[in-house]
Amino acid sequence: MTAVAQETGSAIRPFRVDVPDDALTDLRRRIDATRWPTGELVPDREQGVQLATMQELARYWTTEYDWRRCEAKLNALPQFVTEIDGVDVHFIHVRSPHADALPLIMTHGWPGSVVELLETVGPLTDPPAHGGRAEDAFHLVLPSLPGYGFSGEPTELGWNSPRVGQAWAELMRRLGYPRYVAQGGDVGAGVTDAMGRQAPEGLLGIHLNLLVTALAGPLSGDTEQERAALESIKTFQASGFAYFLEQATRPQTIGYALLDSPVALAAWMLDHDTDSYYKISRAFVDGQPAGNLTRDHVLDNITLYWLTGTGASAARSYWEDFGVAATAAAAGQARPEVSVPVGFTTFPGEIWRTPRSWAEQSYRTLAYFNEVDRGGHFAAWEEPDLFTAEVRAAFRPLRAPQVPEPRR
Amino acid sequence: MTAVAQETGRAIRPFRVDVPEEQLTELRRRVAATVWPERETVLDSSQGVPLATMQELARHWATDYDWRRCEARLQALPQFVTEIDGLDIHFIHVRSRHEDALPLVVNHGWPGSIIEQLKIIDPLVDPTAHGGSASDAFHLVIPSMPGYGFSGKPTTTGWGPERMARAWAELMERLGYSRYVAQGGDWGAFVVDQMGLQAPEGLLAVHTNMPATVPADVDEALRAGAPPPSGLTDDERRAYDQLVRTFQQVEYAKYMAARPQTLYGIVDSPVGLAAWLLDHNDADGQPAAAVASALDRTTSDTGELTRDEILDNITLYWLTNTGVSASRLYWEYKGGFFNAKGVSIPVAVSVFPGEQYEAPRSWTERAYPQLIHYNRLDLGGHFAAWEQPQLFAEEVRAGFRSLRGPEIPGPRR
Repeated sequence: MTAVAQETGSAIRPFRVDVPDDALTDLRRRIDATRWPTGELVPDREQGVQLATMQELARYWTTEYDWRRCEAKLNALPQFVTEIDGVDVHFIHVRSPHADALPLIMTHGWPGSVVELLETVGPLTDPPAHGGRAEDAFHLVLPSLPGYGFSGEPTELGWNSPRVGQAWAELMRRLGYPRYVAQGGDVGAGVTDAMGRQAPEGLLGIHLNLLVTALAGPLSGDTEQERAALESIKTFQASGFAYFLEQATRPQTIGYALLDSPVALAAWMLDHDTDSYYKISRAFVDGQPAGNLTRDHVLDNITLYWLTGTGASAARSYWEDFGVAATAAAAGQARPEVSVPVGFTTFPGEIWRTPRSWAEQSYRTLAYFNEVDRGGHFAAWEEPDLFTAEVRAAFRPLRAPQVPEPRR
Repeated sequence: MTAVAQETGRAIRPFRVDVPEEQLTELRRRVAATVWPERETVLDSSQGVPLATMQELARHWATDYDWRRCEARLQALPQFVTEIDGLDIHFIHVRSRHEDALPLVVNHGWPGSIIEQLKIIDPLVDPTAHGGSASDAFHLVIPSMPGYGFSGKPTTTGWGPERMARAWAELMERLGYSRYVAQGGDWGAFVVDQMGLQAPEGLLAVHTNMPATVPADVDEALRAGAPPPSGLTDDERRAYDQLVRTFQQVEYAKYMAARPQTLYGIVDSPVGLAAWLLDHNDADGQPAAAVASALDRTTSDTGELTRDEILDNITLYWLTNTGVSASRLYWEYKGGFFNAKGVSIPVAVSVFPGEQYEAPRSWTERAYPQLIHYNRLDLGGHFAAWEQPQLFAEEVRAGFRSLRGPEIPGPRR
């Protein structure tokens, strides 16, 4: 790379979403032309995403859904692209009106995107306008993971969660934030956990809403809560894990269907955990959304994947983190402990309900733990206010004047 | 069901494949309009079927490939449909001109269909024209599994190998065959194992090219990811290692076993279907080496697998809209895979080198105590009938030879 290109690369360029009409017309045409399988043979989700759910989703998608509403919402937010480590990283960057706000980088997961996090932007950056206090304000950075949404698709190997974590540290440095915190669920929890272990200069603490360490090896099963969580993980690995295995081993193969068929993509994305599936299914079939997980919000996210053609590249992030090569490379390598303060919130509908004891075993620096009474895997998306309250509470001790100096 | 409907149900109705032209036009249109993912980030197939492979296949599919050639070949064969256990079963039925030919029902697997078996029909039915003797002739029955090809799609759960095995016995009885044999590979092997366990009246023996021979202690070690039990011979140890590799390459099977309905893309996207059907393994790779090399073979004088035959099979799945219904078979089956099932009737086994594992003679003798034939071949793999039809036909002849002629035992009871 030449010096000039590097110059261009590190520049922060404004970004605006502007999808051509042709793309939306083609999407509707494809949905209308969907060829359907026969229905599942069981009355529940045991064979996968139910036909009635998909047909109602498809009907709504082509007749009532309006992408331009989502596009306008995105374009109302300051968005940028900057090249980091060879990949264009797209991010939303909303500075709080409160000058001493705490910078926060928040990472979405799969099958999510920045769309998951949009409803938290107002409450996090401008708390007084949302029933909060000015001293809880954040300057908010919401990047799209490489291979997801409007970020570039890596063309070389190695873009696993730790590498994304390093890119986020560079992004915060580039934005001029010498001290900041990080938050994540799902894949975002993997990235944020990695950042905690990398402990880049300036990272004051992290908050997580998925305990990724529970997938790396069995945790203790001494209490009733622990045994219940182990049972949930076992159920997930026995029946809910198929998408995970497929993406970790053959992302390209499933990618062909995900790029070519909108309904295939939508079904693949709905087929996540049991709790969120039934919530989303009810939103379509019964018109009864859970919290903010509405038909439009669900389709905003799916349509974003479709329009950006990122079904395969997003799936590939699992290959990078959990594939054969990744597993072999990670084997026997001790990972450093997280040394910054950790906050954790357990949402009841999550794939497993993380007990405090597990969070303590995983993070010796656990400084905040709470279990709330609503919300599931997509906590920020489903219950933005509750989620916001948790993020505020978890990071409150890290703020000035108690804010410690950046380590080292 | 009324008496009249039952009557209709048991009837054997002629069947003819005749795909409307607009379906072929629509298929070509969809293939040509494919939205492609970007290229994989590796130089091999470790992330799935490579983009270049799929794009070359799609190009051929949408331009030069001719389904009518395959259709004509199917139309030249006597085909029928009959309702069994509430479901329409499609089958090819070719009687040998040799009256004392042995009736044989041959079962295909996934991602296969009756297309896999087309090249073995002539050698089995008319052996004298294909290097065999009249005494090796078979009357051949080739059914489409429920949910596959031109058979009906089950609308209720329960159509696993056990139920298919009972259906095939009913089919053979309905065709008037009081003594017959059965053959299968892949899912077809599961079905013939079940037939062997059920031992319906008239079933003399089965031949399998994917034998289930793994002893219980070895199977347990495999499931647990444990080291192999001590004391394995070289052959057994080799089989163990092959099985370890196989179980690392079966995510497609695990997916279909868990979430068949979520695969909307394989009935809505031809390229999505093709990639899914190509991405299973054999001993030499994933996608199966036999299939990958066939994609580069445009013709074969020796009956080896060609690109058009691969597309015949994929196109059959597309035209019958059976991607999802076929996948459900994995969901239906909750039993073990290569573990010995306890079949006690006579069994013939052919071990092809490209199969998931090469069943050692020692395990095979224990798994099938009435072993009437065991042979290891130098060529051929998981799709033995499709890859090496001549060798395969010779194996089926040899496998069942001891049951023939004056030596044919009476039907067991």
